Amino acid sequence: MAEGRVVGIDLGTTNSLVAYMEGDKPVVIPGVDGSNLVPSVVALDPMPEGGTRPTVTVGNSARRALIETPERVIYSVKRLMGRGLSEVQSELKLFPFRLAEDVEEGEVPRIQLGELKFTPPEISAYVLRQLKRNAERFFGAPVKQAVITVPAYFNDAQRQATKDAGRMAGLEVLRLVNEPTAAALAYGLDRGKVGTIAVYDLGGGTFDISILKLRDGIFEVQSTNGDTHLGGDDIDNLLVAIALDEIQNEHGVNLRADAGAVQALRKAAIDAKIQLSTQPVARFDIELPNNDRYQREIPRAVFENLIAPILQRTAAPCKQAMLDAGVVPEDIDEVVLVGGSTRIPAVRQLVDDLFHLGARGKKPHIELNPDEVVALGAAVQADILAGSSAATEELLLLDVTPLSLGIEALGGTTAKIIQRNSTIPASATEHFTTGVDGQTNVAIHVVQGERELAADCRSLARFDLKGIPPMSAGLPRIEVKFLIDADGILHVSAREQRSGQAAQIEVKPTYGLTDEQVETMILESFDHAEEDFNKRLLIEARNEADTILAAVDRAPQSPVWHQLSGEEQSSIAAARDRLASVKLGDDTNSIRQATLALDHATRRFAELMMEAAVTTAIRGKTMDAAGEELSDEVTAPHPMAPAEFK
Amino acid sequence: MLNVLDSAVPVECWSCSVAHNESTLFCPHCSKIQPPPGGNYYSVFNLQPALNIDLAALETAFHRLSRKLHPDRFARATASEKEWSLADTALLNDAYRTLRDPLRRTEYLLKLHGAEIGEEHSGKDRRPHEMGASRAPADLLEEVFELNMQLEEMRAARSSGEDDPALARNLSEAKAKFEGLQAEVDHDLREQWTAWDNGGDAEKQAAQKAMVALLDRRRYLSNLVREVNETMGA
Repeated sequence: MAEGRVVGIDLGTTNSLVAYMEGDKPVVIPGVDGSNLVPSVVALDPMPEGGTRPTVTVGNSARRALIETPERVIYSVKRLMGRGLSEVQSELKLFPFRLAEDVEEGEVPRIQLGELKFTPPEISAYVLRQLKRNAERFFGAPVKQAVITVPAYFNDAQRQATKDAGRMAGLEVLRLVNEPTAAALAYGLDRGKVGTIAVYDLGGGTFDISILKLRDGIFEVQSTNGDTHLGGDDIDNLLVAIALDEIQNEHGVNLRADAGAVQALRKAAIDAKIQLSTQPVARFDIELPNNDRYQREIPRAVFENLIAPILQRTAAPCKQAMLDAGVVPEDIDEVVLVGGSTRIPAVRQLVDDLFHLGARGKKPHIELNPDEVVALGAAVQADILAGSSAATEELLLLDVTPLSLGIEALGGTTAKIIQRNSTIPASATEHFTTGVDGQTNVAIHVVQGERELAADCRSLARFDLKGIPPMSAGLPRIEVKFLIDADGILHVSAREQRSGQAAQIEVKPTYGLTDEQVETMILESFDHAEEDFNKRLLIEARNEADTILAAVDRAPQSPVWHQLSGEEQSSIAAARDRLASVKLGDDTNSIRQATLALDHATRRFAELMMEAAVTTAIRGKTMDAAGEELSDEVTAPHPMAPAEFK
Repeated sequence: MLNVLDSAVPVECWSCSVAHNESTLFCPHCSKIQPPPGGNYYSVFNLQPALNIDLAALETAFHRLSRKLHPDRFARATASEKEWSLADTALLNDAYRTLRDPLRRTEYLLKLHGAEIGEEHSGKDRRPHEMGASRAPADLLEEVFELNMQLEEMRAARSSGEDDPALARNLSEAKAKFEGLQAEVDHDLREQWTAWDNGGDAEKQAAQKAMVALLDRRRYLSNLVREVNETMGA
């Protein structure tokens, strides 16, 4: 397989993951820190002295910057992908980011981050590049092709923006796969089953429902529906808004302008939300700038009342999806839960009600980690596309387009040409003519959505059919072919039939980057070159060696060092010296091996350290090593929280 | 009218150069994928145009062809093969979507035979459905008029937040009645299918005329039912 591996990527609102097929099993690839989840957070380090461009960090390290330098951090950027200026403006009311001041209507909005400006696809590209690097580090080989998942209800512009992000990160995106469909693939892999399944996917920022029919390894999506503006973020925002109001009313402190304080509140809200999935009550205890404390106790019942209107918004899409698939709840054999927000007991109850599960003695599927299942499914799809494995050769996904495609007709109405829930690829051919003698241009406006008026639908693109030979009005016959590809992205071609001339089309996307713009945004070109790749691996190997060498050099100061035998101490010293000398050379593999050997030699020492640390922690003393990690946590719950949420 | 159906223009396979019939998706000699063939939705499935079709067999054929044609199978193929896979699969999906649905299938077959059907116009001059439009079948005028009144009342009640159980009951009854009429049309259509499938030219002509009228009525009825559903907030 000369072309290398194809990885599966879940580019999430809150967290992102990369996975691959190990034999016949999809596996998530961990990052350097051992964590499977890479938070979809991008931060700019401080501008270096005399430097020209600050370093960009991604993931957990970027998340730590949220409270210290909130103006240099961005998260949940998926909510901004493929959106126009006015949509982004309304979205940003809920988030502490601001638009670059020189943004104009009609161009892709850019977000101001410290001294730099980025479009949403560029931000996503940084997350993708991190995942790509994690995979390359894991395989020790370049990774150039990927499958990326998107919410099923993403429109054309959002899909295109995701594909652009992949290209900027140096990845050829072989396919965009819908998240619920990917989840079904992850679940369906190990059981050759037949039946109808519903996938309920409530993530950080988006909600999808898909209904699929499984038969002989074919996953045929019957219908899909959703809301690309609904998820755990909305719950967090609601809790934060309530807390901000209460703090202002009761303590006279307006924290809204203090981005760091809002982030601390958000973190406390998220922690409370997570706690309430397993505990009957959660507590807020926040120290305010005037040394007052904001303390609240939130019983689960109060929380459930608060979020009920948000959760209820998932009901209508579920009912519509069943209607479109021509099924009733009793026809659904299984329900799969996806997305972190499905851990909330109230969500599970709602799903039970919607699909009459309890009444039929059924339970939803939660066996696979709801945070990982989409990435696992993406890895399965990547394996299908690579076409090289027996595990997936019988599998095939047949997905649908979530939104109807239409063209603006006379009077501003929408003429639907491809209905929603049509299996993709799908096509439609329409004929156009001229209204005036000698007319050589015809303007066409393509929209996506279900509404009667084009203005109420999502504008996808406007284009001119140019170069029509001058003829009497109504005589030219221009055939325009609309094709939605397997990624759910539209392609248009046209031909004037009377003269046989191919009409020239310039499709101008209403929201989106041009090819040229994407080219200029491709992240550092060294990600492409083989030679540079090897150079990077060498640098990374040296960095890892430095980290472990520094730790080993501090070891003799540790109280547990003396618990090691003399033999153990000298074998550590030998491995240390070997690594120190190998590191000076440029053989990546030798450095890796020497690093592993030193790691191995120090294993017992590490265990002793760990035991000592756990003992200290239980005694209630602060662990030195953990101090840094703990600093951005909110203080421990106060035992005497006085009041409830109003 | 049906000249596209039997097009047997021989073309050369791009890969092995062996000549084959233009309407195949794969070269019979080397099995390589071919550019989108001529022909119609029926010929994609190797079927003769008919209105009574075996849906289970159609689904099986759809799955079998999907496995071979789908772009997922060509992710690492040449650029042309990728392009043909995309175009061929779009054709296959369009064909399956049309043929598996009784109304779309009927409409499609009638159009193949030159019938003018309601929604044939290009997007430019198509107008959205309007309630109470003049196309209301004569025998339904009175009921449609009454239904429109009730729908107006219902909308007014909804927008002022009122609940009118009697009105809701009336609407449900009206809806049930129109659904009953739909079922009658479907039944009549099926009879015409058989007449068309089995009849000679004269029978086909008569059945075709009857079906055009039935489809118009059917479309009108489903719009009414949809309108009631939307107003009642499904």
